[in-house]
Amino acid sequence: MTEYITLSFLLFTIGAVGVIVRRNAIVVFMCIELMLNATNLAFVSFARQHGNLDGQTAAFFVMVVAAAEVVIGLAIIVSIYRTRRSASVDDANLLKA
Amino acid sequence: MLELSWLLIAIPLAGAALLLLAGRSSDAFGHLIATAASAAAFVLGLVMFIELLGRDAGDRSVTSSLGTWIEAGRFHVEFAFTFDQLSSLFVLLITGVGTLIHVYSIGYMAHDERRRRFFAYLNLFVAAMLTLVLAADYLVLFLGWEGVGLASYLLIGFWQHKPSAAAAANKAFIMNRIGDVGMVIAIMTMFATFGTTSIAAVNGAAGEVSAATATALGLLLLLGACGKSAQVPLQAWLLDAMEGPTPVSALIHAATMVTAGVYLVVRSAGIYDASEVARTFVIVVGLVTLLVGAWIGCAKDDIKKVLAGSTMSQIGYMMLAAGLGPAGYAFAIFHLLTHGFFKANMFLGAGSVMHAMDDDVDMRHYGALRRAMPITFATFGLGYLAIIGFPGMSGFFSKDKIIEAALAHNLWIGVGAMIGAGITAFYMTRLMMMTFFGDQRWRDGVHPHESPSVMTIPLIALAALSVLGGALYLGNWIGHWLEPVAGHAEHHELPAPVIVIQLAVLALVAAGVALAVWLYRSDVPDTAPADADVSILTRAGRHEIYTNEVNGALAVFPVRYLTRFLVWLDARGIDGLVRGTADRIGEAAQGLRATQTGYVRSYALGIFGGALAVVLGLLAVTLG
Repeated sequence: MTEYITLSFLLFTIGAVGVIVRRNAIVVFMCIELMLNATNLAFVSFARQHGNLDGQTAAFFVMVVAAAEVVIGLAIIVSIYRTRRSASVDDANLLKA
Repeated sequence: MLELSWLLIAIPLAGAALLLLAGRSSDAFGHLIATAASAAAFVLGLVMFIELLGRDAGDRSVTSSLGTWIEAGRFHVEFAFTFDQLSSLFVLLITGVGTLIHVYSIGYMAHDERRRRFFAYLNLFVAAMLTLVLAADYLVLFLGWEGVGLASYLLIGFWQHKPSAAAAANKAFIMNRIGDVGMVIAIMTMFATFGTTSIAAVNGAAGEVSAATATALGLLLLLGACGKSAQVPLQAWLLDAMEGPTPVSALIHAATMVTAGVYLVVRSAGIYDASEVARTFVIVVGLVTLLVGAWIGCAKDDIKKVLAGSTMSQIGYMMLAAGLGPAGYAFAIFHLLTHGFFKANMFLGAGSVMHAMDDDVDMRHYGALRRAMPITFATFGLGYLAIIGFPGMSGFFSKDKIIEAALAHNLWIGVGAMIGAGITAFYMTRLMMMTFFGDQRWRDGVHPHESPSVMTIPLIALAALSVLGGALYLGNWIGHWLEPVAGHAEHHELPAPVIVIQLAVLALVAAGVALAVWLYRSDVPDTAPADADVSILTRAGRHEIYTNEVNGALAVFPVRYLTRFLVWLDARGIDGLVRGTADRIGEAAQGLRATQTGYVRSYALGIFGGALAVVLGLLAVTLG
């Protein structure tokens, strides 16, 4: 089991670091997906370890949320690209105080 | 017919409302409506007075109520008016002299753009003054009392473009408020003590309360009377009030409103009869004011201010008489009526002179006007003879009776009143000499001319009343007439026979006249000598005995510094606290702003940091 958890941990860390350091919105987005899937892996692993289906259920919910998020997220990225001619997340900083 | 008291008030009130509400559309005829309203009130008052004459002596007080004004628990105020011997005389004085002054004002204010407004205020004044004298309840009286104060304020400041007039109006209003505090507390005390504020009930029961309560009521009412009647120590506003148009000075600040204090004292006879102390205070206030007013009258060069000083002084006589109790009440009212005639006459005369002299009020610029203005001179002269107490004139009877009553009460008070008569003769003769006799000292371009007949006819009527007013005393008519209101006076022993007293007064008057004639027989300088060149008495008189300075030091100065301190406290203390809090919060927010970079990555880092902290916290709690 430790291997699965370790893999999940590694994937999550890669995703988190990617979100923080990368500027391209598409890559940031993929990193988020990576984090979601890392958690899915952890859920499923723990479900198997404990022998109940709670983790499996949670993984399904995460997948549903992730699918919905992809739809909206990609739409936002496309519209930002159309208006700003750039997919860099640092250019979309209008909320700056 | 006698139940129509309310109509007396309603007519001029309707006139005022019409003129004020109709606005410019009534500019052309407003003055006629106002004069007609005043005249109609006079006719109604006269009819009611004649009906009153026809009744039995015991049946001459008619109270009619318009209904309940205030009803709250034990507090019950009836909106009621009393038409009796005292108020009927006042109604005739107010509406009679008021109508003459309305007529005069048609000419005097002919060239004023705001004449309609002036007449509306005059009508408002007449209505308020009638409310004051007809009221059957102290609270209704107070309504009229404040109403005349308002009208006085509006009319003193009528030429509002002049800062001095606006300031004078404020001064009169504020000083009157000080007296009104006394009135209000007196009315509250009446309710607390008697459970009612009805004039008849309060005065009927005043003899049964403790002497201290009666004294307190008497002194509080006296404070109100001092404010309204310009008596020492609240006298300072009257001289400044001369900033108003001259008909206003004649009607409000000579004949009627300023005598309201005397009316109040006489109307509250029950209270003053119950307190010797309060009566003594009234006498002292009256005596001091009569001498102070005469003193000021001797020193001023402004013709209206001389007359204003004289008004103070004459009201001092009335106060003095009112303070003598039943022995003096009738004479106070008698002098009030005759003074209303001759002083209104002289003020209007002064207005006529000013009219001719391009609104110059400095008597040093007059001189030799008797030829240029024969009618004004003749009428003014009759008023002059009346005020100095020339035998046969109205003032002779009314002032002599007060002096006799004062002598019977106390020798020194009587002597003070006699000296006052001498000084009166001096300053009035000075006024006559400087205005109508001597050399011409007219400024360039001034061409005196007699006023139009719309102004001289009221002068003639008032002059006739000044001469004949003494007829009220025939067979002591006024004493008997007022006896049910003022009480019966026992006969006091005089220190000397009446004829001796009269001759002594006449000798003093003659001395005053002779001194003034001799001093001002000719070569009056046309500019006033500098303060340093005149005697200390004149200097003090010119400065109104430094009362403005005393008021300034005792009242205005401390209050001004108190307000400055409060302003400082407000700005630095309270505002500082509130603004300081807001400023600190703002500064803290500025610090927090730096964390809002607008970069998604930094927010994500924040979320991760937070999540990490939560996880670590959970771990610490579960494991620790």
